[in-house]
Amino acid sequence: METSFAITGKGYVLVASDTTAARSIVKMKTDEDKIKVISPHLLMAYSGEPGDTIQFAEYVERNLRLFHIRNNYALRPSAAASWIRRSLAQSLRSRKPYSVNLMLGGFDVTTDTPHLYWVDYLGTMTEVPFGAHGYGAYFGLSLLDRYHNPEATLEEGIETLKRCINEVSKRLVVSPEKYKVKVVDKDGTREIEL
Amino acid sequence: MRLMKSCLKSVCALGALQSSVEYALEAVRKGTCAVGVRGKDVVVLGVEKKSVLQLQDPRTVRKVAMLDDHVCLAFAGLTADGRVLIDKARIECQSHRLTVEDPVTVEYITRHIAGIQQRYTQSGGVRPFGISTLIVGFDPHDTKPHLYMTEPSGIYSAWKANAIGRSSKTVREFLEKNHKDDLSREESIKLAVKSLLEVVQTGAKNIEISVMESYGKITNLDLAQIEAIVAEIEREKEAEAERKRSRLAATAAGQASMTSRTTEGGSGSSSEINVLLVLRFESFEIVYKEQKLLRSYR
Repeated sequence: METSFAITGKGYVLVASDTTAARSIVKMKTDEDKIKVISPHLLMAYSGEPGDTIQFAEYVERNLRLFHIRNNYALRPSAAASWIRRSLAQSLRSRKPYSVNLMLGGFDVTTDTPHLYWVDYLGTMTEVPFGAHGYGAYFGLSLLDRYHNPEATLEEGIETLKRCINEVSKRLVVSPEKYKVKVVDKDGTREIEL
Repeated sequence: MRLMKSCLKSVCALGALQSSVEYALEAVRKGTCAVGVRGKDVVVLGVEKKSVLQLQDPRTVRKVAMLDDHVCLAFAGLTADGRVLIDKARIECQSHRLTVEDPVTVEYITRHIAGIQQRYTQSGGVRPFGISTLIVGFDPHDTKPHLYMTEPSGIYSAWKANAIGRSSKTVREFLEKNHKDDLSREESIKLAVKSLLEVVQTGAKNIEISVMESYGKITNLDLAQIEAIVAEIEREKEAEAERKRSRLAATAAGQASMTSRTTEGGSGSSSEINVLLVLRFESFEIVYKEQKLLRSYR
């Protein structure tokens, strides 16, 4: 089942998401990228109802890009997160709400700080040092409580992330087999291999 | 007298007949000049900047706007109208990406902008956009630069080089004389600056240049770079003038020796006589007109 993790460290945010696209009990494919780069220093991992996720992610992406072009600067992570949360909250109160859960990792270049936001389809938003969505959250969060270090280097962060992923693979019945991991820091976003 | 009145009346009627699009074109003609030059694999936009007041923040006065990663627009005319049109275009760029997952082509966005401009000439309660635009850019997966122009009426057309705004005719004629196919980056920039200098007296500090070299690669030249180009052009002009002067002096000397031999002791040159004739003729015409006027009063 869908799982995503995100961890902040010293000057970076690591965002990991499984790569399965499933319908009912059937896996359709296992190389779906569910982390969108929505601005130069912002990553968004999305999960939920398959059609809604992509539709909403693209909608967000285009709107943040429009803001960037109109104003010559991109929204900061906190502002972007607030805007996205509000969009979800408005959608929740419409006839057909999006059911999308998000992990939003960004690097604020004005203050040189990493930020991570946990957002769900009900329009809940919290800034967190680490977070998880899906069944993986039941296994990952306790590990992150134990091992997360906000001052960790990227290597240490990746080690912690691996612990979570391994635990999920070990204990969860319907564990995903592959993950995509992206990192955002002062240089922007990039994908890394585990 | 009655004749004059009826004349006046018909002039007024003509004025009323002048469509609002023509007023919009008038606003364009009063706007600051903008030039676009298409080179081999580069396209350059140059605009004349109104000189910024002492206490004004120059960053807030921009005449070249990015519509998307790969499309730029410069306009001449009413700045407020420009802002609105640019915003509509920017929304369309993102909307196009959202619906077909592809960036817009330059022609598409030009047609869209021209379409909006046309719509505002036709419906009631609105006035046309008082701006002409130059749109430059590269199509996705393509290396060929594009340059388009739109007008308040909704006309759009593709160009190798063109100018809009104040004295655009002079600049266009200059471009027609000096534009060659397959200009390099430096040549294109130089041509743009040179053509702008035809109408911008104050030089580098009132010129803004944007260069697009490939898909999504846009650079704005800073003042020092433009100053360097202007200085180079001035030097070239100086050298050209020097050559011309020396050539003129040579021919004048030659002619002088000729005339001194043929018309010795002649009173006044032919050109002087011409001037006198013209003056006499003009004064005659004035007297004639006055007489006519008096007659009409009687």
